[in-house]
Amino acid sequence: MSLLDYFKKSKASSASLAKERLQILVAHERSSRNQPSYLPQLQKELLEVIRKYVNVEQDAISVNFEQNDTQETLELNIVLPEHQTKIS
Amino acid sequence: MARIIVVTSGKGGVGKTTTSAAIAMGLAKKGHKTAVIDFDVGLRNLDLIMGCERRVVYDFVNVINGEASLNQALIRDKNCNLLYILPASQTRDKDALSQEGVGKILDELKKEFKYIVCDSPAGIEKGAHLAMYFADDAFIVTNPEVSSVRDSDRMLGILSSKSRRAEQNEEPIREYLLLSRYSPDRVKLGEMLSVDDVQEILSLHLLGVIPESKSVLNASNSGTPVILDEKSDAGQAYADIVARYLGEDRPHRFIDEKKGLFGKLFGGK
Repeated sequence: MSLLDYFKKSKASSASLAKERLQILVAHERSSRNQPSYLPQLQKELLEVIRKYVNVEQDAISVNFEQNDTQETLELNIVLPEHQTKIS
Repeated sequence: MARIIVVTSGKGGVGKTTTSAAIAMGLAKKGHKTAVIDFDVGLRNLDLIMGCERRVVYDFVNVINGEASLNQALIRDKNCNLLYILPASQTRDKDALSQEGVGKILDELKKEFKYIVCDSPAGIEKGAHLAMYFADDAFIVTNPEVSSVRDSDRMLGILSSKSRRAEQNEEPIREYLLLSRYSPDRVKLGEMLSVDDVQEILSLHLLGVIPESKSVLNASNSGTPVILDEKSDAGQAYADIVARYLGEDRPHRFIDEKKGLFGKLFGGK
């Protein structure tokens, strides 16, 4: 390595930042690519039903769809508030 | 057997039309009868890059609507008599192209031509969809830049789910990466994604790297595909790409920086 390279390397490289950001983004977008199209609607309706009984926030519910060679899994995750209060 | 190649990217301004013109010319120069089709209805530009803008009489939409025959609309290239251009229409009607109409024209072209190059418009609207729908091979033109890489990945998703081959469960479209506007010296400085970075993210077979080059603008100024500028780096890069696509084994070039005298003396290695 020459002296010049040493000075070049000491700067934080914007290309490595770009690569890191892209890797995360692309992985995320690829995983949502194969999801069935009804997922957002399902999530919305589930939220409405749950809100009839429990006061939860918009982001308290997540619906994940996972797929591998042999099976498809639909995972539903609801975070309930600490003090459950009935709306009724 | 004829093959349909789509040149696509998602993002605009990355070099789709430059690439379409160059590889169509390259394939024809290698002795294969080739047609190149402009799918950018409303924003026709392939004719300008090919230098035949004053010879356009009928266009793609005229043929679909039965107002002209395919032979009337095809323009024979002035530099190579095995190359024909089918220009896009300037109509503002978004629905001028139909899947059925495009399919019929491609079937007709397949009888006469060895390669049919489809120059896709930017975006993922109808024109882009129809350009890729019937493809056998896809050339993904990508710049080493975040938005271009992301859009290319989007395009790959569309190719693998919305194309004819995907819908009919046939062998998938063969996808190739063409990395354009590449600056090895900026990569060395850590200012630009490297060819390895882009390949790692997109996991595509690399067909070639096209360096950032003044010759591209010079070629478009004069309306001659840059591949005809055999002395230029970009022209040589496209010639390599065509040869590799046709099965020749050529080592990759234009990935490492050209060292000046100063670099040779002090650059190490």
